[in-house]
Amino acid sequence: MNLTLKIWRQKDANDKGKMVDYKVTDISEHMSFLEMMDVLNEQLVNAGEQPVAFDHDCREGICGMCSMYINGEAHGPDRGVTTCQLHMRMFKDGDTITIEPWRATAFPVIKDLVVDRSAFDRIQHAGGYISVNTSGNTQDANSIPIPKKDADTAMDAATCIGCGACVATCKNSSAMLFVGAKVSQYALLPQGQVEAADRVRNMVAQMDLEGFGNCTNTGACEVECPKGISLDNIARMNRELMKASI
Amino acid sequence: MALDSKVPQGPLKDKWTTYKNQINLVNPANKRHIDVIVVGTGLAGGSASATLAELGYNVKAFAYQDSPRRAHSIAAQGGINAAKNYQGDGDSTYRLFYDTVKGGDYRSREANVYRLAEVSANIIDQCVAQGVPFARDYGGLLDNRSFGGVLVSRTFYAKGQTGQQLLLGAYSAMNRQIARGKIEMFNRHEMLDVVIVDGKARGIIARNLVTGEIERHSAHAVVIASGGYGNVYFLSTNAMGSNVTASWKVHKKGAYFANPCYTQIHPTCIPRSGDYQSKLTLMSESLRNDGRIWVPKHLKDVEAIRAGKLRPTEIKEEDRDYYLERRYPAFGNLVPRDVASRAAKERCDAGYGVNATGEAVYLDFASSFMRYGKEQAKIQGISNPSEAKIKELGQEIVRAKYGNLFQMYEKIVDENPYETPMMIYPAVHYTMGGIWVDYNLMTTIPGCYAIGEANFSDHGANRLGASALMQGLADGYFVLPYTIGDYLADDIRTGKIPTDTPEFDAAEKEVTERIEFFINNKGKHSVDYYHKKLGKIMWDKCGMSRNEEGLKSAIEEISELRKDFWQNVNVPGSATEYNEQLAKAGRVADFLELGELFAKDALVREESAGGHFREEHQTEEGEAKRMKEFQFVSAWEYKGEPKDAVLHKEELAYENIEVKERSYK
Repeated sequence: MNLTLKIWRQKDANDKGKMVDYKVTDISEHMSFLEMMDVLNEQLVNAGEQPVAFDHDCREGICGMCSMYINGEAHGPDRGVTTCQLHMRMFKDGDTITIEPWRATAFPVIKDLVVDRSAFDRIQHAGGYISVNTSGNTQDANSIPIPKKDADTAMDAATCIGCGACVATCKNSSAMLFVGAKVSQYALLPQGQVEAADRVRNMVAQMDLEGFGNCTNTGACEVECPKGISLDNIARMNRELMKASI
Repeated sequence: MALDSKVPQGPLKDKWTTYKNQINLVNPANKRHIDVIVVGTGLAGGSASATLAELGYNVKAFAYQDSPRRAHSIAAQGGINAAKNYQGDGDSTYRLFYDTVKGGDYRSREANVYRLAEVSANIIDQCVAQGVPFARDYGGLLDNRSFGGVLVSRTFYAKGQTGQQLLLGAYSAMNRQIARGKIEMFNRHEMLDVVIVDGKARGIIARNLVTGEIERHSAHAVVIASGGYGNVYFLSTNAMGSNVTASWKVHKKGAYFANPCYTQIHPTCIPRSGDYQSKLTLMSESLRNDGRIWVPKHLKDVEAIRAGKLRPTEIKEEDRDYYLERRYPAFGNLVPRDVASRAAKERCDAGYGVNATGEAVYLDFASSFMRYGKEQAKIQGISNPSEAKIKELGQEIVRAKYGNLFQMYEKIVDENPYETPMMIYPAVHYTMGGIWVDYNLMTTIPGCYAIGEANFSDHGANRLGASALMQGLADGYFVLPYTIGDYLADDIRTGKIPTDTPEFDAAEKEVTERIEFFINNKGKHSVDYYHKKLGKIMWDKCGMSRNEEGLKSAIEEISELRKDFWQNVNVPGSATEYNEQLAKAGRVADFLELGELFAKDALVREESAGGHFREEHQTEEGEAKRMKEFQFVSAWEYKGEPKDAVLHKEELAYENIEVKERSYK
């Protein structure tokens, strides 16, 4: 297929940035979206131009690095996938595709489609862990039985890849799905309960400090989340926060 | 320099304990005067950073990604082994040790592997304490599955996302130390050289990938945890950014590089679909527990399938060739990775490949659906269930176990694997070779350590499933923290290492000159142009099977390609900005040197062992033929061009295990 791409180009954080049009030809429907971007970049490099910078790494939907806003949707038109898992069969010959970086104050642009998501890391530093020494001198793993249902629900929350699609897609740029997922994972497990109140308080405080907005239950985050993280996690986080405040 | 593995004396089972009792310790008050640099923050680097910081050292950790959470360990799917014997099926430390040495085709170091098996059980306890949500059974206890090459269920897992959960565990441990100020984290930074002062590793030169700034960082020891070099093939299951640069730089500064030709080709990957492909996607090997691998028995059926006239589900049971079950009745579909990979290639080379390119075999779950379905019907008390009901119940069980893998397959191939069998083909996955280290995990440069996939020691010529995660975490959480302390005990009075010294000047100059060269060269070919050409040579001539003629020509071709690269490579943009092409150029330059050493190592190794199959050395049945005289580690010393590299041998002695023909029949 032949496509027209409208791509956000921005030299660095201080540059104003603008949309630029490109044409790509002979795109196979079996290509991933990022492979299509590779084709474009090879074309640009060979023409002596600067290729489009975009974040990507594992290209199998798990590292959470790729972050493109495609035709107004985080990770593009398909459901339950990251951009690297999005295939060109989702598009038609002659389509015009608009490609932008994640849009949120807390995620400043580094270059073109690359944004700085270190705010997520700082939220994790504030409490996204269980305070246990890494000595190996812990109790036997089977001495803490965990109901299968709890372990499975914790696992569902832990599946979050930290890509930031929830923030990018939220009209309030809220990070509550991301933070809710981590809080939920620990809230559902017996380990780390002693510091549960501090954990949720600190993580939520850091989230606010980073400039993320609040949740207004629109639910766009759940729809666009490539890993299907559920809104239940936000509810659970709110409950944990309430509990911690009493 | 003679290679000294420094393996402690005494009985195998006591070596590690005795060693720990005898090494020097660093007083907690002194640890805060000691700095350690860790390059890479995957399972090995992340767990090492967290633990060293926990102990009190000042850790500087470096990652080329924007966060430690993105390291490629995150993509590991199937699980992690540990000799817990929770299932009571006869597992033990010795058995895990035995399976790992045998699976590695008797080309790994006995003492290291035993230690790995010994600490494996601690890893599970540690991870559970950190909140890693491993799979549980209905009684709330940990669940296990079985993996290729073994006869017990010792693999712990978290759906098909075990690597992710273990990495997030290590990442959370890092976060705790970052919050305490004990780890200083350098994201989007790449190590470009190691700095040696008075013969010891005392720092690194790193480039800030966002600003292009070249930085000097000093420390009392440097730990390389930068993973493997599978991307030398261009196409592999590695992340796009995975590279050999950190390892290669320390090699060029004096660390020997061991067994570069030992590469694992993983049998269950999604087949390639075209020339534009940027990477290959792995499907967890755990699928082989429930899937049966086959190709049609008759070539006419193969042709009909390729022409789209016949669907695989229409081929009768008796017309299918379950070739692994046929050739290896004892292990069947669970033979080790190298055996399964070669068997798939053998069938495809004989013309039985089932996709358009002729490079795919089926992984079929139909019989599992029925088996699980019948069991479920019984459990749920459904009398006389219909065939469709049984299938549906069985599919639910399989969905719970591997749902995300099935979904991933469907997204990539655009076919529903619940309805038609999956297609799989082997792909480059893991490199067992790496920087040579002694029992302390120290390289031949004093004060420079290598852990996880970056070192060579534990997997031999082949890696069994679920053993890489185990090694990464064992090295980082439980081995390095002891061994590095023994070395650092001599450094408590050294004080801060200055960075304004001639050694740092020289290293920085070298790095800067190389970057300037790339920016100013203005050649005619992109970096990827060279990477793809290198990858093709590697796959064609240094891939799943190799021969003398092919390897000799590979050495020539890579050397030519490297010359061309240094004349004609084109890197757009400048050095003082975010420039992905520039970063890639440096990595490919290193791959072009490693590739040649790889071929040279493969040429010397005139035997077939594990992932390394020399066509000249096979049995009449086409199985790998191991040679006694090659029971050594090849450790290469850098002497300029790869062709000048000097071979050193570490003889491997097996005192606690009988070296037998590796048979899975």
